Amino acid sequence: MKVFLLKRLGFAVFTMFFVVTIVFFLFRSGEADPAAIMLPPDATPRDMEILTKNFGLDKPLPIQYLNFLKNALRGDFGKSFRYNEPAAKVLFERFPASIQLGVTAFFFSAILGLSIGVLSAVRRDGWIDRFGRVLALGGMSIPAFWLGVMLMLLFSVNLGWLPVAGRGEGGLDTLRHMILPVICLSGYPIALITRISRSSMIDALKSDYVVMARIKGVPEPYVNIIHAFKNASITLITIMVPMATVMLLGSVVIETIFSWPGIGRLVVESTFARDYPVVQVFILLITFLITSAYIVADILYALVDQRIRFQ
Amino acid sequence: MASRKDILLEVKNLKTSFFTKKGVIKAVDDVSFTVKKGEVIGLVGESGSGKSVTSLSIMRLVPQPAGKIVSGEIIFNNENLLNKSETEMRELRGNNISMILQDPMVSLNQLLTVGYQIGETFKHHGKADGNLLDKCINVLKKVRVPSPETRVNNYPFQFSGGMCQRVLIGTGIANNPELLIADEPTTALDVTIQAQILQLMKDLRNETNASIILITHDLATIAQICTKVYVMYGGRIVEKAPIKDFYKNPQHPYSEGLIKSVPVLGKRVKRLFAIEGQPPNLLHPPPGCRFEPRCTKAKKVCSQKYPPEIELKKDHQVSCWLYG
Ligand SMILES: Nc1ncnc2c1ncn2[C@@H]1O[C@H](COP(=O)(O)OP(=O)(O)OP(=O)(O)O)[C@@H](O)[C@H]1O
Ligand code: SF4
Ligand SMILES: [Mg+2]
Repeated sequence: MKVFLLKRLGFAVFTMFFVVTIVFFLFRSGEADPAAIMLPPDATPRDMEILTKNFGLDKPLPIQYLNFLKNALRGDFGKSFRYNEPAAKVLFERFPASIQLGVTAFFFSAILGLSIGVLSAVRRDGWIDRFGRVLALGGMSIPAFWLGVMLMLLFSVNLGWLPVAGRGEGGLDTLRHMILPVICLSGYPIALITRISRSSMIDALKSDYVVMARIKGVPEPYVNIIHAFKNASITLITIMVPMATVMLLGSVVIETIFSWPGIGRLVVESTFARDYPVVQVFILLITFLITSAYIVADILYALVDQRIRFQ
Repeated sequence: MASRKDILLEVKNLKTSFFTKKGVIKAVDDVSFTVKKGEVIGLVGESGSGKSVTSLSIMRLVPQPAGKIVSGEIIFNNENLLNKSETEMRELRGNNISMILQDPMVSLNQLLTVGYQIGETFKHHGKADGNLLDKCINVLKKVRVPSPETRVNNYPFQFSGGMCQRVLIGTGIANNPELLIADEPTTALDVTIQAQILQLMKDLRNETNASIILITHDLATIAQICTKVYVMYGGRIVEKAPIKDFYKNPQHPYSEGLIKSVPVLGKRVKRLFAIEGQPPNLLHPPPGCRFEPRCTKAKKVCSQKYPPEIELKKDHQVSCWLYG
């Protein structure tokens, strides 16, 4: 198991390195001079020269690459052009807002989706199952922006129960600001978790070891949780860990509708403003989160299923 | 007729069907039989004849949601199991009635230790009392799993098919049930272990006067341990005979075919049902005798009406128009 995790970790480091390299060359490939891209159209040749020097863009590419790696290792990814501050700092100032929304939405989706999915499988065609099917269909097909706008119109504009936008001023106010964005962000994840947990529970409940457990006189709650859900959780880990990762990275649509100051919006704005250092850090963050997610998933698999350890 | 007191299980006119998209599969179609206390019944018949569905019906664990017990009675210890609540059934299962499923490799949960899965039979019947681990080790000892003290903490994937089978059998007899249904319990095992397992079942019977329904394709096994044989064909029982009569004097043409297809009596063969033709399609069964399309002795009436059960002599019944 240790060897296995070390291998995974090694692979993760390699992946990070690989992506860093790709990102470096991508941003320096192509016809255009990076300095020209970064500068506003009305910049003077003098500006261009200074920028080129400052960024070491006059040096040969391999040297630039080594410098880039050296700086990256220290967490220095250059300065954001728009904010004139370190790109990493700009991004990580906005990250907590996305984490706040993402983590809440993830747990909300997980609790709701798993309960509905599991209960639907246990009581097939019961009222929870019927409700769950409608919910899953809705969550899958209703676009988040539409849902967001509609909810905002209803609860914030017409009824005035909830704030229209923003992150709130802490405590209860923050909670009130989070309600609508969390619901919108959770629509699709709830639908997916409901569906997958229902189908994997149904599969597990059909299997012979479940019949065997019942033959032994094991009560239904134990059959459902200890026998069936444990097996179903293997599939759930596969979808829910990447889902959590994606949710952490924020959502442009929802952050825009609700003026939530997260990284989703920052990245889109940075992309349009050609603030490449910020985009670069974002890509590295994605890579880091995804490679970590794989390791987390592997640890979870190994906790649930001992077969992994003996492979 | 046996007195009421001797009878442990009486299945009366049991009908179990699967309601599928293609139609109704009458997997068990009007089956009646009795099992006396201490009796070892051999239930034989080719694949798909309804042996497992009959057993699962007795356990009231017919695969859901398609499967359903349509009608009939299952009288166990003078009580109709079909009238029992789910909670009452749960208390009986694993304690008074036990069953060993057909396929050992998939009957154990790969994510739980063997010890945990054995322990469940004790735990959920209030028999765990502190030394659960010892009890589980004892079960493994009883079915002769080597080094039970370490094996008890292993997972099923660390066991061979034969070992899994032994674990299941051990679990099945752990609480000394009054009725044990063993669905092909020896198929995955080699000959010596088969003999040991059969011995275990005999011991259970001798020590506790348990009744056993043994489902098998192996007529040699039946000869060793059973007192009676019930032959199933196409969802019905076509012949019920004491073991001696069955071998010497099979009355139903299908039973005859079964016996004939064993090359040398007492020798083991894996697939022995080599009777010409296909088993009946239970979606659209033949209107008369289910065996008619394959029967060499068929008469005109055979394809029109299902034959009634005829009592040839005490404990020997057959459903065939040759006798009616
Ligand atoms: N879950 C199910 N859904 C639909 N039909 C089923 C189901 N389980 C069993 N059947 C049908 O019931 C019939 C009897 O099956 P059963 O498993 O009792 O046969 P069997 O005598 O045990 O055969 P085998 O020797 O292969 O175990 C078969 O024709 C099968 O098609
Ligand atoms: S009833 Fe007719 S077809 Fe059926 S087994 Fe007897 S002789 Fe053959
Ligand atoms: Mg079977």
